[in-house]
Amino acid sequence: MFNNLGTTIMATFFGEVLSVYSRAVEEDDDELDENEEDEQIRRELEEKREVHLHWSPEVSESLKSGNKLQCSNFVLAVGQNASSFLSVHILSTANWDTIGRASAWNERSRAVTGQSCEESACVFYRHKDNPTVLICQVSCYVAEDQLFQWTEKVFDCLQHRELNVTVLSDTSVADYKTADYLGGSSAPFLRSLHTSAFGDQPVCQSLEQPNIVTGLPAAVLNHCQVHRIAAVVYQCYSDVIGPDSVTMETYKPVLTKLGRSIQLDLSPSTDALRKFVRTTDLQSNLYI
Amino acid sequence: MFISSQSSAPSFRDFTLVMPAVAVGNVGQLAVDLIVSTLNMSRVGHIHTDCLIPMAGNDPYASSKEDGEELHTPAEVYAAAELKLAVLQIRAPILQSKTKKFRQLLVSWIKSSGFSRTVVLSSSHAYQRDDQQLQGTPLRYLVTPSLLKGSADALKELGWREMERVPAFPGLTDGNTEPRLCIPGGGITKGLYTDSCKEDLPLAVLLVFCSEGDNIPDAFALANHLNDWLHLLDDNSKQPNKWKIPTSWSLLFGNGIPPALF
Repeated sequence: MFNNLGTTIMATFFGEVLSVYSRAVEEDDDELDENEEDEQIRRELEEKREVHLHWSPEVSESLKSGNKLQCSNFVLAVGQNASSFLSVHILSTANWDTIGRASAWNERSRAVTGQSCEESACVFYRHKDNPTVLICQVSCYVAEDQLFQWTEKVFDCLQHRELNVTVLSDTSVADYKTADYLGGSSAPFLRSLHTSAFGDQPVCQSLEQPNIVTGLPAAVLNHCQVHRIAAVVYQCYSDVIGPDSVTMETYKPVLTKLGRSIQLDLSPSTDALRKFVRTTDLQSNLYI
Repeated sequence: MFISSQSSAPSFRDFTLVMPAVAVGNVGQLAVDLIVSTLNMSRVGHIHTDCLIPMAGNDPYASSKEDGEELHTPAEVYAAAELKLAVLQIRAPILQSKTKKFRQLLVSWIKSSGFSRTVVLSSSHAYQRDDQQLQGTPLRYLVTPSLLKGSADALKELGWREMERVPAFPGLTDGNTEPRLCIPGGGITKGLYTDSCKEDLPLAVLLVFCSEGDNIPDAFALANHLNDWLHLLDDNSKQPNKWKIPTSWSLLFGNGIPPALF
């Protein structure tokens, strides 16, 4: 659909011609007149790809009357392991209200027969006893052209003063660039990236050059940097694709840090962990 | 839009703006990296827009680990007041559906900031050159009429080669088809150039024909070419390596080799 990569031709020193991905965007042809039908299709597609936030009635009312959500801590989990980590260690205490969800349709959204698929993909929770603590789990794919919109819409609902944002994000160790080859034993590990307004000490090493963060964590960091909000991203590099309890546990130091600033009951729920691990085992028995 | 990263908005009146186009080989962006890194320019603001794919990283120009922890975003503006130079660096691709919007954003920002001239560093697919273009230098330039007024002499002295207009359908000897400007692989370069002509902005394009691969030599060529005109570096020793390579250029072609491979 919206493909930012074009294939082009690269001639190597050995003379063979390879087809490679180039980030060069081909010249845009919008100088050509677009007929009405094309324009309509384009508009409809854009509308379909819009990010929508669905809040609970109480929150919707509050937002409509101009009051943003009071928020001192916003914890965002992007990816299966990050989300499961929050489920097991924080959300399992049942002191959380579901206050909303976000939907973002794109080329990777599975065909939805009922509402269930979308509902579980991106959910917002608020702590019952301390309603300024919000958590969001994102386990669906948010497309490149939706990232900015998602971030703006969500942060538009939060009050920014004294807001602290923590993002947990899964990524593959194959994306980690380092001069020394990583033996299998080093993954999974954490790296952090924070905005200038973040005055605290991250729980792990800072992300070294030339590594970068992309996707939703990057969109959140960009927004927070520009709006001077304290935010930190903890990127977990893992060599396992899919849910993995060892990868999940890598986020533990963040928990201890969060527990200091937020009054949370942080004891891990063994039931939730067992459920999560059991699902993992069922999913992949073929490759150990 | 432009958001200052300092307490007050900087003034760019009468500054020269150098910016890259996201194009084949990312040569413009690499050349801009060299300029910012060598001149040790400081960041003065961000272009915060939904037109670019989000990315974030630590300071790509940090020389030591201590001052390396500063968050950088996909489009940032650097300035060197003593040189009256501002540089926009773009680190992410432009969303295909937003190219027109991004061009409009840039044009209106350039206008409102009062830059005396803008130079776009870009590149174009080497394999699409015609017979004429295959010979001689791979560097080309373009200027809008507005900039030509002030810089015609300087450009003549430099002896640069202007980007050729090519027939729309090569080989077809149809009298109706006029040669037109074509910059394949140049991203928004052509659009930005034509928009600037329309808006009467003083803008120049400097581009190099190249292919995807190791584009560092192309970046050096483009940066030196620009320097011949703007004299950003006052180093007259004609050393080939007067540009400082930023730390973010490490590992461009992958990680270290696993010892177990051998």
